[in-house]
Amino acid sequence: MRYTIQIVGVGGQGVLLASMVLGSAAMNAGYKVAMSEVHGMAQRGGSVLCTLRFGDGVISPLESSGGADLLMGFEPVETCRNISLANEDTKILMNLDPVYPSMVAAGFEDYPNIDEMVAAVRERTENLVTIDATSIAIAAGKAVAANAVMIGAVAAAKGFPLSKDLLKDMLAKNVPPKFVDLNKKAFDMGYEHMSKQKG
Amino acid sequence: MADILSNSGRDLLLGNEAITRGLIEAGVKFASTYPGTPSSEIGNNLEKISHKVGMYFEFSVNEKVAMETAAAAASSGVRSIVFMKHVGLNVAADPMMTLAYSGVRGAMLILTADDPSLHSSQNEQDNRIYSKLALLPMMEPSTPAEAKDMVAEACRISEELGLPLIFRTTTRVNHARGIVEFGTPEGTSAKGHFEKDTARFVNIPAFAKKNRVRLLDLNRKAMALSEASPLNFIEGEGETGVITSGVSYTYVKEYIKGVQILKLGFTNPLPEKKIADFIKGKSRIIVVEELEPFLEDQVLRICAQNKLSVPVYGKRSGHLPVEWEYSPDVIARLKDLVRMDAPPVPLKPVDVKLPGRPPTLCAGCPHRGIFAATKKAMGKREAVYCSDIGCYTLGVQSPFDMADFIICMGGGAGAAGGFAQVTDQKSVAFIGDSTFFHSGIPPLISAKFNDHKLVMVIVDNRTTAMTGHQPNPGTGRDFGGITTEALDIEAVVKGIGVDFLATVNPYDVKASSKVMKEAIDTDGVAVVISKMACPLELKKQRALVIRETEVDQSKCIKCYTCLKTIACPALVKRGDEVHVDEVQCIGCGMCANVCPKDAIEVRQ
Repeated sequence: MRYTIQIVGVGGQGVLLASMVLGSAAMNAGYKVAMSEVHGMAQRGGSVLCTLRFGDGVISPLESSGGADLLMGFEPVETCRNISLANEDTKILMNLDPVYPSMVAAGFEDYPNIDEMVAAVRERTENLVTIDATSIAIAAGKAVAANAVMIGAVAAAKGFPLSKDLLKDMLAKNVPPKFVDLNKKAFDMGYEHMSKQKG
Repeated sequence: MADILSNSGRDLLLGNEAITRGLIEAGVKFASTYPGTPSSEIGNNLEKISHKVGMYFEFSVNEKVAMETAAAAASSGVRSIVFMKHVGLNVAADPMMTLAYSGVRGAMLILTADDPSLHSSQNEQDNRIYSKLALLPMMEPSTPAEAKDMVAEACRISEELGLPLIFRTTTRVNHARGIVEFGTPEGTSAKGHFEKDTARFVNIPAFAKKNRVRLLDLNRKAMALSEASPLNFIEGEGETGVITSGVSYTYVKEYIKGVQILKLGFTNPLPEKKIADFIKGKSRIIVVEELEPFLEDQVLRICAQNKLSVPVYGKRSGHLPVEWEYSPDVIARLKDLVRMDAPPVPLKPVDVKLPGRPPTLCAGCPHRGIFAATKKAMGKREAVYCSDIGCYTLGVQSPFDMADFIICMGGGAGAAGGFAQVTDQKSVAFIGDSTFFHSGIPPLISAKFNDHKLVMVIVDNRTTAMTGHQPNPGTGRDFGGITTEALDIEAVVKGIGVDFLATVNPYDVKASSKVMKEAIDTDGVAVVISKMACPLELKKQRALVIRETEVDQSKCIKCYTCLKTIACPALVKRGDEVHVDEVQCIGCGMCANVCPKDAIEVRQ
């Protein structure tokens, strides 16, 4: 078994933390793990991509284009931008909460219509699940727990090789003690959301 | 965050955390650096933990000084490391070239973190070539786990040869993450003693001439060590042989099937006999390495010298690129030469026009204010804006357009003198506080000495921001049990005796603009210090005071001066109205300062 997760989003959305939680879970499940992260200049409000690979014989920190088993999109534009990381069998989890690039915020460029982006991805694949991770996180207590919602959702994805309990445990170990309960709740709500999806 | 001080077990470590752990296990007791991506996290870790393991660590003023301090430690018998990004080694190359002649007594590692694909760099140079130029042994790890273990082996080889050793990593090793098993630290001393040996350590021509021969002899010994090194190993079976090093090995190992691999970890000098023996009997050889054909050209020479007529594929044959980092996609270009799984079919791009998302200056970044002030002060006059290496490099973006010439650390200040001499354009150099100390002082002195009429703007945000907020001489030191006072940039500049000097608060854009005008009008060398702490750094220290800011829509005339001059990401246009994004806004007041109608209110 070999499994690749590509996590895309914007600096500050918790992409690195999510990759750390998933990576620690993979290690604790006994798999070999190789990851690659974005640091430095790219973090100043730019797009962020994390690759996490685990399983038999895994050593390469990078994956082929289209080689992802799971694409976790923390932001709609970034999900669309990185669609070529996925193939038609790849599960795509797409958070619908936008983070506006500075040129969009300033009114110099337009942000695409979110429904149109979802439709455009659906045109390419049947394996798309959308989620309002931030709204769910706010319902759980705080918007910052959106990445916990995303991890919870992934735990419920069909055929996902890491167990729910292990992921939840790793999440709790990787967040500050005072936010453990919030994150666990957000995780469960994400899990529930995904469980209700077909496929 | 992983606990790299633990003396047992295993953890999922970033390459730079693994290297830090390797330093602890190898008993390295002296470490110096100037921060630079992708090497920065090593320093950030050592800043926190070095004193706990009896190691001395410093952020030196630049890579050259870092090299020299580490050289002294190693010459006194203390295991040492100096680390930096690839271009940093250019700065430190001068001491390195002659240090090779003297050699060292305790181990000395020169870690260079190269950046194929220029994720955070101004060029893509391949520093492996320095090992040939300086005649120094070199090692290249492929993964975080190997990097950790290789540190101890590198120290052993460095001591056996009495030479500094180049430890060459790349972004995909430094910023890869993998499982690392912890070992037991070696007991070494942090205290050394310098035994004088004039013929060895004083490189006047008479001695250096002999030291050069000694260095060549040591290279022969190094080759014997490379031949015997377990870091150069063969695995797999096949008629096709692949010779590879660094992260490329991981792609070869996972994505290519049915070949025999010669994995090289000790890459200067190369184990020439081992390579010749590996090539003999193969139907073809493929060399897989990022950047320059460093291994490949030597493999071709080894073939020629050993009369081996085996075809060699790689960059010279046109199968693999010289530019940019490798990946499984790049390795797939070898599909006609080797067996590999059919590559997955990527989904086609979506039919939606996507906005770009380049890295950008943060909300409330004081650089925005000084750029806006400079633009206003310059007016219609023609100017050349030299910039430098740091966050303010992002001033290249609209609406600022404040970077016309960028080459290297401190390079903008030197170039500004040249532009001032040969053009009638106004010459302005932006330079950060840390960069000013690194290499901005000599060009300023040179400008004064040669009467270059320029404006140097020192954007002093009280930290080395881009690389992750390291301290610098302008902030003073407060870690590892050593406290030093902050050096006053204004006093340093005053000492040089420039013709105009002023310090401004960039959040007061209007006042800063007036000062910038005076500086631009100065017939001589003018220096403006734009002083305001980086909000990200303040946030980290929990010292950021956020003020609520709001646009009074009844006063706003929709001239968009705020958007066009400050362009802060916390200013959001909804319909034709400008609003403040309260999540991002820190209440710095720059937008309010430039508003012609006082329509933006910052609550105190």
